[in-house]
Amino acid sequence: MEYEKNPLTPHLQIYKWQISSLLSITHRITGVINAIAISAICFWFLFAINNEKILLENILNSFLGKFISISLCWTFSFHILNEIRHLIWDAGYGFDPKISKITGYITLISSFLLAIIIYLLGVNL
Amino acid sequence: MAEFTLPNNSKIVKGEYYKDKTGSNNIKKVNVYRWNPDDGKNPRIDTFEVDMDNCGPKVLDILFKIKNEIDSSLTFRRSCAHGVCGSCAMNVDGVNTLSCIKSHSDIKGELNIYPLPHLKVVKDLIGDLSNLYKQYESIQPWLKTSKTDTEKHEILQSQKDRSKLDGYYECILCACCSTSCPSYWWNGDKYLGPAVLLQAYRWISDSRDEEKKERLKKVADELKLYRCHTIMNCTNSCPKGLNPAKAIGSIKKMLASS
Repeated sequence: MEYEKNPLTPHLQIYKWQISSLLSITHRITGVINAIAISAICFWFLFAINNEKILLENILNSFLGKFISISLCWTFSFHILNEIRHLIWDAGYGFDPKISKITGYITLISSFLLAIIIYLLGVNL
Repeated sequence: MAEFTLPNNSKIVKGEYYKDKTGSNNIKKVNVYRWNPDDGKNPRIDTFEVDMDNCGPKVLDILFKIKNEIDSSLTFRRSCAHGVCGSCAMNVDGVNTLSCIKSHSDIKGELNIYPLPHLKVVKDLIGDLSNLYKQYESIQPWLKTSKTDTEKHEILQSQKDRSKLDGYYECILCACCSTSCPSYWWNGDKYLGPAVLLQAYRWISDSRDEEKKERLKKVADELKLYRCHTIMNCTNSCPKGLNPAKAIGSIKKMLASS
């Protein structure tokens, strides 16, 4: 390792973000958020068995509660839709740079739509 | 492990500013990453004002102009100058490419030129690629056959089988793809990276090769292969228009279905 002590050339600092890399990192972040959120919701239900009214109504109707639930609707929708995109890749399709760009934008736009639909369905049930 | 910031000896400082001396009205500011192994200082960004009225069309022409007319100590690799040898791979305007086939007129405003990302710098725009070459050697990129003597002289291949290599044999190993891949940045010591995996696929899909199974087995590894998360930076940067992401996807599919 002749050059081991030499400086490292810049990477994240200079590399241009593209829709593909942006969606990839978003996929990871939403995955982590979803994992935490699902665990939290499970614990919440456990508590809610005893104190149903207090927990559900107070928290969900506050501004923060609404914000969090809408955000979670989006992280779930995005992760699910992008996962479908990954499954199509795993099947061997959609690697063409143009096609992957288009599917990327479709995923992003429809994730917002799906989030709105899920939230509205949840509110009106 | 992923380290998102640069180590202390790699932090970039402001460098020198070379004002234009030709009096040209058509000036482009070119920011170039510089590091001199002899002075013990941190890497810096030098800014050159370059007269575009008397400059060739490609980014490599700008580098030549700087080296010939402004600062002869500027160091970079180049050889063929028309996109065949892969020597002049570097990061131009935030994306890895071959500077000899990248037109500078595509880039508005200031032009930023860096070496290929996440490598040990040798000098200025030259990064150390010995790890990648070692990994390339590890996939044994040569034909393996049990045929001997006269049988071996010419191993025929149908046109259909030959066409399976299209899009893969054209790779010139410039390393643009591998050094654009965040997974390769964080795990370059173990993950083979897009360039080497594309080459691996090229040999796996060669009908004349008799060790397809062994090759697949060798590459089927959590770290060597599955660190690919289809980020697609590789395909988006390939200056030859090849698709390493698809090659890796094909290997994964072969492994899943065999």
